[in-house]
Amino acid sequence: MVKEVEPILQTTELSKYFPVKRGLNPFSKSKTFVRAVDQVSMTMWKGSTIAVVGESGCGKTTLARTIALLTKPTNGDVVFNGKSIVNGKTDLRLLYRDLQMVFQDPESSLDPNIKVGNTIGEPLEGLMGWGKEEVANAVEKSLAAVGLPPDCVDRLPGQLSGGQKQRVAIARAISPQPKLVILDEPTSALDASVQAQILRLLLQLQKDYTLSYMLITHNIAVAEYLSDFMAVMYSGNIVEYGLTEEIMAKPRHPYTIALIASAPIANPWKRNLLQVEIRGEVPSAINPPPGCKFNPRCPYAEGICTREIPKLQEVSPGHLVACHFVEKTA
Amino acid sequence: MGSLLRIEDLSVCYESTAGRVTALDNVSLDIRPNELLAVVGESGCGKSTLALSIIGLLPNPPARVLKGEVEFKGTNLVQLGQSRMREYRGTEIAMIFQEPLSSLNPVYRVGDQIAEAIMVKRSREEGHASVESDFMQKTHKVGPPPPKASRQLRYRGRMTSELKDKIIASLKLVRIPDPEQVMERYPFELSGGMRQRIMIAMALSQEPALLIADEPTTALDVTTQAQVLKLMKELMDKVKTSVLLITHDLAVACQVAERVAVMYAGDVVEASNVFDLFSKPLHPYTEGLLSCLPTGSKNKVELKPIPGSVPDLRHPIIGCKYTSRCPYAMKVCSEKKPDFIEAKETHEVACFLHGERSGTNPSNN
Repeated sequence: MVKEVEPILQTTELSKYFPVKRGLNPFSKSKTFVRAVDQVSMTMWKGSTIAVVGESGCGKTTLARTIALLTKPTNGDVVFNGKSIVNGKTDLRLLYRDLQMVFQDPESSLDPNIKVGNTIGEPLEGLMGWGKEEVANAVEKSLAAVGLPPDCVDRLPGQLSGGQKQRVAIARAISPQPKLVILDEPTSALDASVQAQILRLLLQLQKDYTLSYMLITHNIAVAEYLSDFMAVMYSGNIVEYGLTEEIMAKPRHPYTIALIASAPIANPWKRNLLQVEIRGEVPSAINPPPGCKFNPRCPYAEGICTREIPKLQEVSPGHLVACHFVEKTA
Repeated sequence: MGSLLRIEDLSVCYESTAGRVTALDNVSLDIRPNELLAVVGESGCGKSTLALSIIGLLPNPPARVLKGEVEFKGTNLVQLGQSRMREYRGTEIAMIFQEPLSSLNPVYRVGDQIAEAIMVKRSREEGHASVESDFMQKTHKVGPPPPKASRQLRYRGRMTSELKDKIIASLKLVRIPDPEQVMERYPFELSGGMRQRIMIAMALSQEPALLIADEPTTALDVTTQAQVLKLMKELMDKVKTSVLLITHDLAVACQVAERVAVMYAGDVVEASNVFDLFSKPLHPYTEGLLSCLPTGSKNKVELKPIPGSVPDLRHPIIGCKYTSRCPYAMKVCSEKKPDFIEAKETHEVACFLHGERSGTNPSNN
């Protein structure tokens, strides 16, 4: 990955806070926030895959939705294809030609009453301004690309299996020939054998269409398989960022270490799961612990960890870790 | 070693207007004392049906046990009526489910629910097996609603300090911090991992001989999953119970189980100790499943998905159900169903490749 590649998307100190109401008084002015995404800066490179991994509630889906402008960011900037897209002047139609998303559960991301052909085709009419014939062609092409038979066009989602539905969702995302596809847990609703089919398909599509992927997942094995870069999120922050290979081989943040150790691997001689030494659970996002949010669970935590929020710092070229005591995990 | 639970030729079907679905087709399996047996398979393969039929909680109708036996400590559970079966539930065979929020009662405090489990066990030990708490009657009998008086208050009255100590002890057993406070809370106030630990605490406070865990960690995060599984494994040794772990995650099974049974479309196709199963799988389906697991980077590992999809169980299938997807399918495979035989020592498989006494393994070259 030493190739000269251009960034496709960059975020700078991107934050998304959700206000929470406390108590029953609807006029209460006291504002508390869930800091779902807190000052996330990262870069995605053209033609590569970045995996954002973390546990539920760490903000990875909110990050994806904020980047796709499905929610308005509270703070910070997103630069896509060289242009800032958060200033409110973005033509969403133009944006979504290049940026598409695949959601976790195809059951709920496909309208059960709309035929597959229209599910894929209708957005194209609006998005690309194509006529009937062009749309039909594009639908046919993208169905073929995801390995579905052409007669699927007239079927309803209810007549398809889970894997086929996810293929339809992927077909819909790739049909406008986007540059970046955000995959939000694309395989977690699927069985192992279907997951393997979808992962293979995603790789094939990436090659054929030179797509960039942003993969949101809690499954370390899937992230390791599919991604070139990895960003580990914990409670709204990125705590580690770097090449997937490097992080998997030598994780440096104590949370990443625990996360990778907790991921079960299919090797009965390596029973890592029963050796895991992690305590506690992900903290509440409303009242996160002060300082480093991982400090109550961290084996290396000292006084400074409860006072200062650690900044991302480079431990080796391109490998960033947000921890006060990176040298302890070296 | 004798077996604690022996399932023999168990067939269960679901009947609907669209036809009869055979969820379990002549399943034979045994669980030994103090063993963790994992049953793995994809959704719809019948693994949950297997769990429910052991503990007698199959929804009936539509489910119907067609034939077979579930022998637990010498008693055939299939033949028992609901009221006899109830004596086994909890104290002999306990079960924990995937989603702890829906298996805990949302309107009662956690401590009261554990207290109830302890009380039920006690009343059974004292020989009043028929004396059930109103909670049990509510869930198992359709009848007039229970009296309005707050059950909680009644428990408060009966909450002796000795009972309270027991609750705290069982919460401590599952490593819940501040058990005195947690027992006063309602399930929604706890995190997913805590809830599942409380389910485990309730199940194990009965000291059951068999614990059925149906996808106990599927709804949990990986770090929490690791904690819960580790705890389950440790408690298994402490309480000396056997565990039947139902999971779709081969890697989880691999990490904690001593033996693994693989199910496909209502059949147990392979059962073996965990090491043989993962290093030398005999059944092509197991082999296929293993090569579906991402175990490294795309640059190094190539996934080999299983072609096709699970057959529709509404139509009866003659022969091996995996034939249509099997790379080694032979003529005989679509003609008759392979028997579930012991191909090697402690390694059972239902496949014609591993026929009578041949013992060779063509799938490995």
